[in-house]
Amino acid sequence: MFAYYLGLALRSLRRNPILTGLMVLAIGLGIGASMTMITVLHVMTDDPLPGRSAHLYTPHLDPLPLDYASSGGPDPSDNLTWPDAMALLRAKRAAHQAAMAGGTMLVRPAQAGLQPFYAAGRYATADIFGMFGMRFEYGGGWSEADDADAAHVAVLSDTMARKLFGRADAVGLAAHLGSGDYRVIGVIADWAPAPQFYADNTGSQYSDADTFFLPLSVAVDKDLPVNGNQSGWGKDEQAQSSMRGAAMSWLQFWVQLDTSAQVAAYRQYLVDYSAQQKALGRFERPPTNATLYGLMAWLTHQNLVPNDVQLQLWLALGFLFVCMLNIVALLLAKFLRRSGEISVRRALGARRRDIFVQLGVESALIGVAGGTSGLAIAQLGLWSVRHRPDDYARLAQMDPVMLAGTFALAVFASVLAGLLPAWRACRVTPALQLKAQ
Amino acid sequence: MQLRPILSTLRRHKLTASLLVLQVAFTCAIVCNVVFMVVQRIERVSVPSGIAEAELSIIHSSGFAGDDNPQARQATDLAALRAIRGVRSAVAVSSALPLSRSDSSYGICPDAASMKRAMQQRSPAGTGCLQPSMYNGTAGLIETFGLRLVAGRDFTPDDYVIGDAHKPPVVIVTRALAQRLYPGQNPLGKSIYLDNAMIRVVGVVDRLLRPSLRTPAVDGDSMIWPQKPDRPFVTYVLRSAPEDRARILREGRAALLAASPNRLVNPERMEPYTEMRARFFQRDTTMIGLLVAAVLGLLFVTALGIAGLANFWVQQRARSIGIRRAIGATRGDILRYFQTENFLIVGGGIVLGTLLAFGFDLALMTQYELPRLPWFYLPIGALMLWLLGQLAVLGPALRAAAVPPVVATRSV
Repeated sequence: MFAYYLGLALRSLRRNPILTGLMVLAIGLGIGASMTMITVLHVMTDDPLPGRSAHLYTPHLDPLPLDYASSGGPDPSDNLTWPDAMALLRAKRAAHQAAMAGGTMLVRPAQAGLQPFYAAGRYATADIFGMFGMRFEYGGGWSEADDADAAHVAVLSDTMARKLFGRADAVGLAAHLGSGDYRVIGVIADWAPAPQFYADNTGSQYSDADTFFLPLSVAVDKDLPVNGNQSGWGKDEQAQSSMRGAAMSWLQFWVQLDTSAQVAAYRQYLVDYSAQQKALGRFERPPTNATLYGLMAWLTHQNLVPNDVQLQLWLALGFLFVCMLNIVALLLAKFLRRSGEISVRRALGARRRDIFVQLGVESALIGVAGGTSGLAIAQLGLWSVRHRPDDYARLAQMDPVMLAGTFALAVFASVLAGLLPAWRACRVTPALQLKAQ
Repeated sequence: MQLRPILSTLRRHKLTASLLVLQVAFTCAIVCNVVFMVVQRIERVSVPSGIAEAELSIIHSSGFAGDDNPQARQATDLAALRAIRGVRSAVAVSSALPLSRSDSSYGICPDAASMKRAMQQRSPAGTGCLQPSMYNGTAGLIETFGLRLVAGRDFTPDDYVIGDAHKPPVVIVTRALAQRLYPGQNPLGKSIYLDNAMIRVVGVVDRLLRPSLRTPAVDGDSMIWPQKPDRPFVTYVLRSAPEDRARILREGRAALLAASPNRLVNPERMEPYTEMRARFFQRDTTMIGLLVAAVLGLLFVTALGIAGLANFWVQQRARSIGIRRAIGATRGDILRYFQTENFLIVGGGIVLGTLLAFGFDLALMTQYELPRLPWFYLPIGALMLWLLGQLAVLGPALRAAAVPPVVATRSV
């Protein structure tokens, strides 16, 4: 029976190929536009570190004075000050903990004939490699003693090692970064979570991966350039611009907490620490302002999805809705025009259900065709998004799940759109229509 | 034209007609709001910067070694750049250019009293103090940028300070900043307060946009300091005829590297100024393209719906059209019948769409802080949809008018 209905549907659609084509195009446009935007949004809200993200947390303190008025810029309490970060680090209340900040440095390759270039990297404390699960290809990270001594050591990414030395095994060689020489002690496999959840949110979090890592203490000692927001609120200018100052926040801090008991304990520790600082007169705001964000919650808090992308999504969904209305109206008119044919079939003994299934098959056929063209249009849309210079654009790829989702959405949408017309048409009364003939 | 028969036919096709009305309503509401967004974005990307955009080229240079003497380096560099054929003038600036995103802003106050109030409440709000952006550079900046000095004087060689260790003695402000600092007064000779320094206003330029945009009300708040850059990294701005820019950039890089090879002149960080401006508005231009594509797509789909439906109806009613023709209706009558029917359907959609448009606008205003949709977008949108409807229905209506009366006598 199904094959017969399929044949009927094909014949009916072929009777008016232009209109059928336009219906398929309309549903394809709607599906294509909305899938493009949903894919972009999906990519932007994706888990940057699957498997580890559930155990990573970022603590936040509120060291701002009571009367601090925001001038609309980034919130200074998004980052930590040097004394606070060092206190949390020394307390070692979490399984892993590290403080970090981004930096861009001029890199001079050792190989002759290569131009110097700027590269993005990170200043961090020793535990960052273990906490984020970076894999070492050669050598290893530095120790806490190196942190304390501000040792001139560096860990490079695979790409950077090859670029600088022409080979990945660069352990023991010297890398020229900025105006200093650093002994390479480890090379990690390229590591580029997207978005860069651990970076300061005023920088661009979908841009270049980190290619070098230096001990944070070296950056502070040598006053290396730091990317991202550095907010000071001290009264004298000296304290504001000092990286070690207690009145300037610029550090990101992450901890790994494996059980919910650890999370609760850490949260309590943050409040206790804030209360202690308040008692010392350093903090002025309530200690309960201290919070602990999980990785995904932190991304939501930072509102990483630009308003433009959200607006585009709404627009695409509105567009899909109008396309659906269009298909419903057209199918309804098309089915009702065949009232005569339907009433003859009804009079010959077809049940309402048979008519319903027959017409349902026809709308599903349009849905499959529309879904296929929608998929093609979405690929075209994503291709054009990838060619935009926006920083998130190059991530816009459709994975198999999204691909299957698109197709399911298309068929679901047009079958849904076909239901109302099919239901309306199967209620055609046989006798009346025959009489009218 | 009799409306009665049209209305009674529509009543028989209630479901189909109301679906079309709904489609037109959504199209109308979305199109009105989206067109408004497009207009706003176009206004944003066409904001004038006040500088001779088409004549400027930019080259970044960063020295490697710390032992270099930046002042001597700059002087040699500028001489080498000015020697290039076609370069009319050249200056070195720290990094700030309009729309360069490299913004240093300072809290300044028009007088001592407001400074004191701002210090007490730790915020400039309500004190008359402002946060303008600062531009600096070597002598000749006004001329090279192509700024228009509307009052006062340009800097003299004595005015200049080197690096940011000391504040300069004098400043040139934009007209917008002058009006906001000293409303209704002559800004020349007044002193602005900055931390513990007093800086005398000696000149006013017509317009100079900030390096990064905030809100239109404060985007023109800029000031120029007679301050020479004193870091190993510096940005050279060259003014030339627009057609010379590519060659000047090429030759400029070569000249800088010839003057001192001990530096980085990254080819990716030298460009005509217009490219920097285009990059600043990249997201907006992308968005404009997307929004326009969405509007066109929506109108296309709606026109398709109208034409498709009319097409079905014409086929369905072929016999009754024949009868009408047989009993004396002219082709014009049939044509007008379908046109009126379409007018009514689209009209219904527009009424509903107007309400929807305001609903959407309200949601956008609260969610994305967009301004209110001006009322005149709605009549324009309505007119556009009516026109679109008439265009879409014309084909099927003409086909209907062509149905010969003899169809009435045939059985289907």
